[in-house]
Amino acid sequence: MDVQRKRQVRLFVALGLALVLATGLIYTSFNASSEARQPTELSQAVPGKNYEMTGKVIKGSIRKTKSGIAFKVSDRDGSGSLPVTYSGVVPDPFREGREIVLKGSVEDGVFVGDKDTLVTKCPSKFSEKKNQ
Amino acid sequence: MAAALIGTRGDRRWVDASRRAAYALFGLMLICVIVIEHAFLTNDFSFSVVANHSSEATPVFYKITAMWSSQEGSLLLWAFLLSVVSTVSLRLTRNRLRDVVPWATAVMLGVAVFFTGLMLLGGGVNPFATLATVPVDGTGLNPLLQHPVMIIHPPMLYTGYVALTVPFAFAIGALVSRRIDAAWIRSTRGFALIAWTFLTFGIILGARWSYTELGWGGYWAWDPVENASLMPWLITTAYIHSIMVQEKRNMLKVWNASLIVSSFALALLGTFLVRSGVLQSIHAFGDSTVGPYFLGLIGVVVVGSTALIISRLDILRAPRKIDSLVSREAVFLINNLLLVALCAVVFWGTFFPLISELLTGTRSTLAAPWFDRYTTPLAVTLVLFTGIGPMLAWRRISWQGIRRVFAIPLVVAAATLVLMLIFTPAAESAWALAVFTLAAFTVSALFQETWRGAAARRESSGRSMAGSVWDLMSRNRRRYGGYIVHIGFVVLLVGVAASSSFEEKRDVELRPGQSATVGDYEVTYIRPTVDRNDQALIFGAILQVDRDGKQFTRLHPTRQYHQVTDGRTRSIETYFDGEATSEVGLKPGLRSDFWTSVEPNTRYIRRRARMADDRFRGLMVVLSRKVRRDPSAAPQVADFAADVMNRTTDKVLELYPQRNDTVTFRVIVSPLVSWIWTGAIIALLGSLFALWPTGLLGRVGARIGARLGDGSEPVAEPRPSAPGPSPEGPPVSAATGEES
Repeated sequence: MDVQRKRQVRLFVALGLALVLATGLIYTSFNASSEARQPTELSQAVPGKNYEMTGKVIKGSIRKTKSGIAFKVSDRDGSGSLPVTYSGVVPDPFREGREIVLKGSVEDGVFVGDKDTLVTKCPSKFSEKKNQ
Repeated sequence: MAAALIGTRGDRRWVDASRRAAYALFGLMLICVIVIEHAFLTNDFSFSVVANHSSEATPVFYKITAMWSSQEGSLLLWAFLLSVVSTVSLRLTRNRLRDVVPWATAVMLGVAVFFTGLMLLGGGVNPFATLATVPVDGTGLNPLLQHPVMIIHPPMLYTGYVALTVPFAFAIGALVSRRIDAAWIRSTRGFALIAWTFLTFGIILGARWSYTELGWGGYWAWDPVENASLMPWLITTAYIHSIMVQEKRNMLKVWNASLIVSSFALALLGTFLVRSGVLQSIHAFGDSTVGPYFLGLIGVVVVGSTALIISRLDILRAPRKIDSLVSREAVFLINNLLLVALCAVVFWGTFFPLISELLTGTRSTLAAPWFDRYTTPLAVTLVLFTGIGPMLAWRRISWQGIRRVFAIPLVVAAATLVLMLIFTPAAESAWALAVFTLAAFTVSALFQETWRGAAARRESSGRSMAGSVWDLMSRNRRRYGGYIVHIGFVVLLVGVAASSSFEEKRDVELRPGQSATVGDYEVTYIRPTVDRNDQALIFGAILQVDRDGKQFTRLHPTRQYHQVTDGRTRSIETYFDGEATSEVGLKPGLRSDFWTSVEPNTRYIRRRARMADDRFRGLMVVLSRKVRRDPSAAPQVADFAADVMNRTTDKVLELYPQRNDTVTFRVIVSPLVSWIWTGAIIALLGSLFALWPTGLLGRVGARIGARLGDGSEPVAEPRPSAPGPSPEGPPVSAATGEES
């Protein structure tokens, strides 16, 4: 009986811990996450809130600035134009016309990217053809 | 093929036929692979795979390996490897497990049918698809993948994934046939270990590639695809520990069955994620059409296996329960729970974009800090239990026993803690300090264990200490191989903790002659460099690194610009339209790595390239008029044009070193990164130590067993392991180190 009791206690402790972990996961993940947006959707962005922006780098818009680079992005379908500033590592495949993903927030109509969060999708040149 | 074996029940002839079908499949897949490889090597661009992933200029080495850079090729590789492991596993068990094998065969061939079917019928992933118009030259292999590590990374991961099929298939077989003793586990644990080994090294190689080839300086970013390979690894790690409990104590059967099903499902998920484009990832090479099929297979595996486990619950229930929390099986179970919790965290984080889209309508993503918050404490606790586990006996341990085995490791850990606090700045990061302390505890515990076992052996045999250690270890390779793996794993985690907590990173802009200070080092940009090869222009920088006023090293980070080869008119600008890859300048060291990458300033060169291209186009107009007048001069003119192009490119490039432009560098001083790779190599040696002779002797044992007509259960270990401690067995048997 005693052993039985002890086992039950153990089981409840384990289940309790699992529950705490699960709640923690769910709660913090909604807090810490950043919503994914395309450039045109960011026109009504909450200032200071963190977003994950997915867009296409507009041709001829990349400039070097003092602290990094500045460029403009459009939606995947080419509509809209949002100025972006970014400092940090520029990934190797970063180019005009390519799709990028960048975390950051909107300040005065400019998307300010977080340092080192720029991701360039691998160019489709090497894989798109076969999927037509 | 499948038809022959689905009907495999009872009748031996059917079983033999199905096994031969597996052998035949291997033969066929081998031919497929050879045909594709031949096409790659001979530049047969009528195959669309070859045209899209190779070119005349692609080096031979990369032509061979270009196969698995494509979706079709990687599916073919999966199927081929599957046929290899099914053949080997069925060969090894051909005289054993008569009830289980037919079902296992059916499962493995079922999976094989899925993959081959996918290639033949699934949307456009047939590796033998041909092009209507054969191009003159192929697109070439993505230069980012042209790296020796990238060549072996995918097949290693795939071998890991595929090898998991074997224990999964046998588990299903055991469940269906209701033969759930430990026999199927003994027959397939080698495959589980092989899967684990390959997964480990696949993951480590990926990290290494990221560190040396991508210009960001890290080795892990919680990218969905990285996570996809980590999840099956975590579950497989849990599995190879918990099956020991089933073997020794006949417990945790439901748990084990669930683990192997999950790890196989996660392996499929891993293959699926890389190719699906469901989640944003640098690895997601465009969207693919095979996604739904994979999801279907994963669904079938999960639902089918769960139903099967539930229907067999009556016989899976353990006759025994865990007696004490301070026993080896309890610690194994805790370690298991930690690993599964880790996997749950990674899973949730990876799929959070989908989950949040489902719940709130907007897709949200989680970044590395969120992952770190959960995985760090879990990993630290894991290190602690890695030390405790092997020291405890099965069933339970007495208080004297606890004092005896824990005294020395605790003292070592405390000493490490104190020394760390006095001599290093480790106190700045509590988690890193915890990892270092627990690592000292775990490593000293493992050494103490080995030492005690060897000492006992020396007393009985009278041999030297070194001889006794070797004797002990080689007689129980699985156990001591495991210890070596644990040590490697601890070393690796120390490297991860140190490099992530105490890294110094700076992005600096320098002109030639200028310097910057990073940590204790001073970096001076000496001069720009330029070079070219068949495929790329290479811009770089010579850096001098000084420490304490003395020269420490010279580094030469570069960035290569690969030319677009799409049959357009040649021009210098096409180099800048193509891919660029980084080659980092690295000075590795035991204490810290000095890492640099460069982002060359090519604005001026590109302007000059445009001007040169304009003039070249003018020349081409004149030349083509000449060819029209006199067609026989065409080859001569082509040679002339190529020569002019060549010389112009060199001329333009010569301008680069003369410029005094500002160039951006990333400089990282990262402590103990090399421990990660060292730890991985130690772990590799450990698992080889555990695998090698057992497998060999197991096979010999199987053959002898077969000859003796004892088909059901030949020896799978070097020598039959001691029977588990009897209920009244000695409380501390771990220190004598004979049982595993």
